[in-house]
Amino acid sequence: MSQPSLSVPGSPQELAEVLAAANAAGQAVAPRGGGSKSDWGNPPIRTDLILSTAQLNRVIEHAWADMTVTVEAGCTVASLQATLAEHGQRLAIDPLWPERATIGGILAANDSGALRLRYGALRDLIIGITVALPDGTIALSGGKVVKNVAGYDLPKLMTGALGTLGVITQAVFRLHPLPRLSRTLSITPSNPEDAQRLILAIQNSQLAHSALQCRGNHASVELDILLEGTEAGIDAQQAAIHSLAPVRENDPDVWSARQQLWPVEEGEAIVKFSVLPSQIADTVAQLKASRCVVQATGIGHAKLKNDVAPLRQELESKGGSLVLLTPSKLDAWGSAGDSLPLLRAVKRQFDPNNILNPGRFVGGI
Amino acid sequence: MTSLSQSLWAEFRAAIGDGGVIWSPEELKTYECDGLTNFRVMPLAVLLPVSTQQVQAVVRICHRERIPFVARGSGTGLSGGALPVAGGVVISLARMKRILEVDLENARVVVEPGVINLEVTNRVSSAGFFYAPDPSSQSVCSIGGNVAENSGGAHCLKYGFTTTHVLGLEVVLPDGSVANLGGNTLDAPGYDLAGVFVGAEGTLGIATKIILRIVKRPEVIQTLLAAFPTANEAGSAVSGIIAAGIVPAAIEMMDSLAIQAAEAAVHANYPQCDGLLLVELDGPAAEVAALMEQVNGICHQHGAWEIRVAQSEAERALVWKGRKAAFAAMGRVSPNYIVQDGVIPRTALPAVLDQIDIWSKETGLRVANVFHAGDGNLHPLVLYDRRIAGQEHAAEHLAERILQLCIDKGGSITGEHGVGEEKKHMMSKMFAEPDLQTMQRVRCAFDPLQLSNPTKVFPRPRLCGEQPGEYKPHVLESTGVAERF
Repeated sequence: MSQPSLSVPGSPQELAEVLAAANAAGQAVAPRGGGSKSDWGNPPIRTDLILSTAQLNRVIEHAWADMTVTVEAGCTVASLQATLAEHGQRLAIDPLWPERATIGGILAANDSGALRLRYGALRDLIIGITVALPDGTIALSGGKVVKNVAGYDLPKLMTGALGTLGVITQAVFRLHPLPRLSRTLSITPSNPEDAQRLILAIQNSQLAHSALQCRGNHASVELDILLEGTEAGIDAQQAAIHSLAPVRENDPDVWSARQQLWPVEEGEAIVKFSVLPSQIADTVAQLKASRCVVQATGIGHAKLKNDVAPLRQELESKGGSLVLLTPSKLDAWGSAGDSLPLLRAVKRQFDPNNILNPGRFVGGI
Repeated sequence: MTSLSQSLWAEFRAAIGDGGVIWSPEELKTYECDGLTNFRVMPLAVLLPVSTQQVQAVVRICHRERIPFVARGSGTGLSGGALPVAGGVVISLARMKRILEVDLENARVVVEPGVINLEVTNRVSSAGFFYAPDPSSQSVCSIGGNVAENSGGAHCLKYGFTTTHVLGLEVVLPDGSVANLGGNTLDAPGYDLAGVFVGAEGTLGIATKIILRIVKRPEVIQTLLAAFPTANEAGSAVSGIIAAGIVPAAIEMMDSLAIQAAEAAVHANYPQCDGLLLVELDGPAAEVAALMEQVNGICHQHGAWEIRVAQSEAERALVWKGRKAAFAAMGRVSPNYIVQDGVIPRTALPAVLDQIDIWSKETGLRVANVFHAGDGNLHPLVLYDRRIAGQEHAAEHLAERILQLCIDKGGSITGEHGVGEEKKHMMSKMFAEPDLQTMQRVRCAFDPLQLSNPTKVFPRPRLCGEQPGEYKPHVLESTGVAERF
């Protein structure tokens, strides 16, 4: 197979034209942001053209008094955050590789991070989107206001679609203030049962923590808690947590534990899994991973060497899921359940010629 | 179709039992409109299934016979979303009202669509949880209806909307098949179809089971009332609060006419002023105490002449009762009124209020303003008297001008009431045709025959059979390099 060609359009209109031309010519297109997650999902069955958003990298409008931002898809997360910080604000996410990852890329891959516990996932923060479709249509959905129920919620449909429905050119987000103060605390539970008990106790308390993660493996785990707010509020909450278990202040670097799972060596795989919060300790024990990082939301990442097929089966039987984030002979996704015909119908409507990342998504989409 | 044949009657009755079919004109009349009463259509029949299987059974009949259907919860919607369709049936979910599962450990509750919003909170409150979306109609509106409309409420500034709290859905699709969207755990592989279904106003199918996320009640909730000489000063105080990096659980603003109505209805003991702010903070006690002091200072700084913090839970409840009763209370100051629901970027508030005031004076129509100030959701209430010739028309015209103003300011035609029947003609003012056509691709995937609540949301249907988009010649063709055979 010949090398795919590369197109780096300078405007959304140009991007839409290139996409429409590829569609008319039956060329398979792989949209690309920073390329940090280009091996997520199944390998596309064909790529003729890489469509890069590298030139669409502007922060179009930071309406700080309205706490929203309009940003182009190719802007990196770090560069957006730096702009927002000038007015003491942030997009409340902590995705992987922020220096390289672009807004379009994290949206397509649905990568948020530990802050999701308090601020929600990307689906909860995005309020508007502009996409280019294979037929050259440029369509907008949502808007620039936080509260808006006019029309279908396409920002959510496009979030996590891994570039199989359209190419994101622009997004609008609601923002949060930067925290006045942050403090990271850690607990060393005595055993997995103790860890599970503490996770649920903290989750079911009246604390207003921003993140809570369980880090380690089947042999031992640590719990990390992120508190944000005023000094008085943080002190009081630290004392409340201390009454559950001895806590110590820790380095905020523990929040990069997920990113530190990469790179992988031969024979290793990284998986993203999702379980109920009450199943976290059991799952960590079952995975027998060298390292796990699980958020209290029940979303975790693990690096392992063992066969993931039986693990996936086990988690799916309990209503969970397991997705491979590193190349594998096995299907990356697992089951989409009884909604698969609907997923295919949506794909056919948006990309009838199947040119966008063909075969990369769930169920061969 | 103007009536159902004998054999169809028999089939519907066989599917859901005699007690589940309403057909007498007197009884059908109850269903001819929802909370938006100026649109009325008589359905052929109302069907009240009690299970997912029964919903499937009636939808399959509708699908086979090409009978359009409209799902209905409690009928409290304010945009005509549950308005029947001529020649169609209404499928009421009112009898599917069981709370199926409560999982406190994982903060999840599974309900049928007919469960009343407030019942979810009532069921879990003894364990210290609540269900966050709190539309003003929460004591009567159903979760199924909330899902259709993506209902909000005063507290969505901090807690989000219905869509934030729906983890998964079991839905009956317009062909009668069942699909599970989302799930009990987060990030189920596949497109976020649950995210699209919520807020689709019943145009993609009928939710028969809903997995909800519940929230732990905060340690402390404090509500501050601040009276300002004008709405503009109240507005600048809101900006001050936001600029200070404070995200309250709710910020509500009411003008003097809204206060007057609410006072008349529930005696909430509001100070009489032109700009009343209601700021609620919640969280750990120490955090709330620190921030409340700051909010207090900001309100003073922006000219508040009276500031008080509700001292007891009862006082706080009364403050909210007044706010939530504000719409209905308009009946006490005007024989008729239109409730409008628009959204503006919050910073556009002073300009929008000034413009509304000018139009109000021009037309002689009073406009009361209730405003979710934190998120820019404006509820102007246009007061009129139907008995005065031409006034109803003038009021409708004014309400629409206000919506157009919201669009012009970069906002939205609806923040929480939905498009429904009422605002579908405004959709093409807010969105371009390609935007609307793109949304309708989703509709074509779910409901190619357009049977599920057709004629709502979109100004024009999309023909689902057609190839999406128009043919555009490839660049090689248009430049003459290649030809298409």
